[in-house]
Amino acid sequence: MRGGRRTRGRTIARWTSFVLIGGYLLLPLIAMLDFSTRAPGGRRTLDPWLAIGQDEDLIESIIISLQIAALTVVGVLLLLVPTMTWAYLRVPRMKRPIEFLCLLPLAIPAIVLVVGIAPIFAAIRRNATGSPLALVLIDIVLVLPFVHRALDAGLRSIDVATLAEAARSLGAGWPRIIAQIIVPNIRPALLSAAVISVALVLGEFTISSLLNYNTVQVVISLLGKRDAFVAVAVSLGALIFAFLLILGVASVTPSGRRAAEENATGEPS
Amino acid sequence: MTEVAVPRTASDATAGAGPTSEGAGSRQLRRVRDYLGVVPFLSYVTLFMLVPTAIVVIGAFQSDDGAPTLQNIVTVLSGAAFRDAFVRSITLSAQTAIIGATLGGLLAWALMDSEPNGWLRRIVLSACAVLSQFGGVMLAFAFLATFAFNGLATTFMREVLGLDVLGGSWIYGMNGLMVVYTYFQIPLMVIIFLPALGGLRSEWWEASSSLGGSGWRFWRHVGGPILAPSFLGALLLLFANAFSAYATAAALVSQGSPIVPLRIRGALTSEVVLGQANVGKALALGMIVVVAIVMLLYALVQRRASRWVK
Repeated sequence: MRGGRRTRGRTIARWTSFVLIGGYLLLPLIAMLDFSTRAPGGRRTLDPWLAIGQDEDLIESIIISLQIAALTVVGVLLLLVPTMTWAYLRVPRMKRPIEFLCLLPLAIPAIVLVVGIAPIFAAIRRNATGSPLALVLIDIVLVLPFVHRALDAGLRSIDVATLAEAARSLGAGWPRIIAQIIVPNIRPALLSAAVISVALVLGEFTISSLLNYNTVQVVISLLGKRDAFVAVAVSLGALIFAFLLILGVASVTPSGRRAAEENATGEPS
Repeated sequence: MTEVAVPRTASDATAGAGPTSEGAGSRQLRRVRDYLGVVPFLSYVTLFMLVPTAIVVIGAFQSDDGAPTLQNIVTVLSGAAFRDAFVRSITLSAQTAIIGATLGGLLAWALMDSEPNGWLRRIVLSACAVLSQFGGVMLAFAFLATFAFNGLATTFMREVLGLDVLGGSWIYGMNGLMVVYTYFQIPLMVIIFLPALGGLRSEWWEASSSLGGSGWRFWRHVGGPILAPSFLGALLLLFANAFSAYATAAALVSQGSPIVPLRIRGALTSEVVLGQANVGKALALGMIVVVAIVMLLYALVQRRASRWVK
């Protein structure tokens, strides 16, 4: 497979497509960097970037979105970790229905969900004080597919049944099994579930904007009409932040499954 | 895996319900109790996912005062503006899915030889995850910074090449949506398609070339047919992705509501015309129907794809 004329041609073709398409993907990001540091007379300035810290609406919305993200992570893990562990151990027949329900949000566009959820939220708003934290309830649904995928991989990678059996034979109850046996063993899965949820919530726009909550994306979008330079700066900042977050998790969690696949197929690496 | 068998014995041995004699009644009771464990989850998704969907579906067939009617559906199907929005949405999704799948497929192929746990692939996949899933509003700004009147590409063309072909206003309309949607389809394709490419075994390539097959013949007779279902499946996911997208369009389009999600926004936020309170729900139902058809096709294709790619 390696060596020889044909392989060299292929390597060149691969690098060419990588550089061309990758370059195209990078172009708008470079344009953002250029746009957000432009000053009159062809000089450069960091003013739009410094203005991010001075915009109170923006700071407030970032704090709100971070709170929503944190609560969403806690909520979705409290909902799914016990449910999935329980399904793995006691009702394996429910594994498929649970998976189906968790993947369903991928098939229901957020814009459709918001149409149906608006009446429910009108009721919630009458009773609660209209705090944007109510968005947590919907964001939990939006992150289900990603969290399910991460947890499923985590639970598959350990021997849940034997661990639980051992714990039970030593007298542990179910809450203790989940909190002290299962959770520590699937920590990488929990971490990647949490990170992808945070990134998703910080990028969420459709539902918060149509329900009139000022999350960070809504404020950025409004900012674009007021001060395009700051809006572009904060957008680039947010993209880089999400990238570093995900890259960080990708570097600490070895993708065990992919490595196993690699061994199984005998692909040289 | 024995995970189905083991927990049964585990629960039989340790559950406190049945002491000595395992009566049919107590076993049934335990089974009911086992199912109760997933009830909190089921209630939650019912309340915040299934009920809202039901509200949309039922509301689409109700008049303003709740009486059953087909008027909303008729309004959507007969109104030229609504029909055009669906045609535009479907065309936009299909075109960007095809271009995105082609370019993204090429990029995934270019990454095939990179080390699966190497830094190159990690960086590219992390960037792809961000650009495809979390972009939305931010990508709209990225393209304004690139192609609007003062954008990098526009000024470059104008001042360096002396060409003023781009202008700057096209980015705010359907052509702009085309470009931005295609942009976020590419990284999504990489994420979906790279695992399928990983399933291509090097033995197949070696077998093909040892029999004298060229690169072209390998892709024509081996690689292509094996990857075809995965590629088609990815194409369908990309279609659904573009069809459902809202944030980019909301942030980018300056005039009118050319595509269905923006029409739904109009129905949700503007003053409701008398007798049309539920037209938004009929539009949303239309979206559900399109995505459901696409997902059904995806499930069928996926069954075929899983034959080779395990």
